[in-house]
Amino acid sequence: MSTTSDQMSETESNAQEEAYSAAGEVGMQRVRRTRWQRMRISLSKAPLSAWFGMIVIAAYLFTALFAPLLAPYGEAEVFATPFAPWGGDHVFGTDQIGRDVFSRLIYGARNTMGIALATTILSFIIGGGLGLVAAINRSWLDQFLSRFVDVLMAIPSLIFALMLLSIFGSTITSLIIIIAVLDSTRVFRLTRSVAINVVVMDYVEAAKLRGEGLGWVMRKEILPNIMPPLVAEFGLRFSFVFLTIAALSFLGLGIQPPTADWGSMVRDNASLIQFAQYDLTAAFTPLLPAAAIALLTVAVNFVVDWFLHQTSGLRDDH
Amino acid sequence: MHPVVSTVLQRLGLGAITLFFVSLIIFASISMLPGDFTQAVLGQAATEETVAAFRKELGLDLPAWQRYFDWIGAIATGDLGTSFSGRSASGVDRSRPVADLVAPRLWNTLFLASMTALIAVPLALFLGITTALKRNSVYDRLANATTLTTISFPEFFVAYILIVVLASIFPVFPSLANVTADMPLGERLYKTALPALTLTLVIVAHMMRMTRAAIINLLASPYIEMARLKGVSPTNVILKHALPNAWAPIATVIAFNLAYLVVGVVVVEVVFVYPGIGQLMVDAVTSRDIPVVQACALIFAATYILLNLLADVIGIVTNPRLLHPR
Repeated sequence: MSTTSDQMSETESNAQEEAYSAAGEVGMQRVRRTRWQRMRISLSKAPLSAWFGMIVIAAYLFTALFAPLLAPYGEAEVFATPFAPWGGDHVFGTDQIGRDVFSRLIYGARNTMGIALATTILSFIIGGGLGLVAAINRSWLDQFLSRFVDVLMAIPSLIFALMLLSIFGSTITSLIIIIAVLDSTRVFRLTRSVAINVVVMDYVEAAKLRGEGLGWVMRKEILPNIMPPLVAEFGLRFSFVFLTIAALSFLGLGIQPPTADWGSMVRDNASLIQFAQYDLTAAFTPLLPAAAIALLTVAVNFVVDWFLHQTSGLRDDH
Repeated sequence: MHPVVSTVLQRLGLGAITLFFVSLIIFASISMLPGDFTQAVLGQAATEETVAAFRKELGLDLPAWQRYFDWIGAIATGDLGTSFSGRSASGVDRSRPVADLVAPRLWNTLFLASMTALIAVPLALFLGITTALKRNSVYDRLANATTLTTISFPEFFVAYILIVVLASIFPVFPSLANVTADMPLGERLYKTALPALTLTLVIVAHMMRMTRAAIINLLASPYIEMARLKGVSPTNVILKHALPNAWAPIATVIAFNLAYLVVGVVVVEVVFVYPGIGQLMVDAVTSRDIPVVQACALIFAATYILLNLLADVIGIVTNPRLLHPR
């Protein structure tokens, strides 16, 4: 029985070999998959957690972009009853001075995420740019920048941010600049360590010999080759910055009222928690913005996890 | 010199240099204050003489390097300067020395941090070792999923969930941790239970995952295979063969997380109104009381650097390759 099946498969494979010709394959027109096709293929293989993360992020982005259309009331509109219960005119009630919590949640998506995104982009411009320069120009500049970053990283960033905010005051501009500078130290380290391996490649040498300037070598020769780890790091840094800003706003030192922001919303409504025994929904009011923060962080982490897995070529074989 | 001693000395030297630069940065922060902050502190109505006296007290008429050495010398003898608050335009000075403000609160924070460490470290080690033993079981997966979620939550979210569940719906613990100096130990422990639990949840996750990863990493090495083949029981393989080599990474992770506690403590203290140094720093930042902010930042940074240094040293001292050089 087994011998016949073996023979069967052997003849089958013979038939396949006859149909195949090397010349045919060489002559075949090679179709390169477009970027869109490649993206669709890898998306169709994405695990459930990554899909969950992407859907959550898309929903957040949608909310942030169309906040004025989605929110029933204005961000700083004050109504007659403070601490109104859930339901009725106000889905999630009103806060301590009578602003609609649901509307502020929606506007908070725009403000909190917008500021976190701006900060992350700025920190990547500073840290990534200096990291690339240090990797290419490995002279005293590299030494100086690296040692400087070592010292900055020796102070816990929340403490450092608190200290700098006490000096420059808590405005949105100083918040963005301070956190971006503190966070750029991590970006600098990563960029430099990844780029150092690419800088020694022959094509980079060739580009330098050909007389290309520093800007060209950075953007066209090195950057495309270190993109995957940087993109993953962007996701991680974004969630870290997002959490830091939320923590600072929660402490009352971040985004200032009347701008709606999730961290300060938690702080403003925290006293409602005491009423959990009488009205459970009231206790949930301060938890809603906190949950919004947590959900976005979890979603970003899921997507980054999947992306890292994809680009590093890791496989779960065992 | 023995390689362990020289490496440790080198690391200690690096730590001292880092501390020096960090103190320099913290000191320099006061010179970055915009405008004439003496008027901001003393109020618009301050007379010329009061402002001049205040400037002299701060030593703003001296060169920067001399101020730095005065400042760091005073700190070395326990004098952290005088708080900005409590001063008035008329020259009446009711301000308090920073050391008096900081000392009792520093003790409270250390109490909270060590209580957390006493719960979190054994718990993380136990969870890490047992999950490594029962890899890929339901228990392992459950522990992993839970810890992954708590890692991505902001501290105040964990804190408020605990308050809702353990203080409001089921009133087991008080939601305010307002401890006082003359409180008996039992009551103190009861009051600090929720903040300690919050901090534990936040740091246990990371420590447990690293412990598990360190042990699993070692289980793939040939000498473990050898131990198994000669018939050592699975528990003994982990406890007697894997664990001694895993101490270095585990110790690093524990010290790193204790250093992280320093930062996490700020938010948690504010949530529970715990009279610790984190709360003090936040209040000082709000009122822009720079000497207090500097003192707190210096304490936090020094603790952070020393704990990281300790982790490095433990890593070096327990490294078998350095202990028995060829």
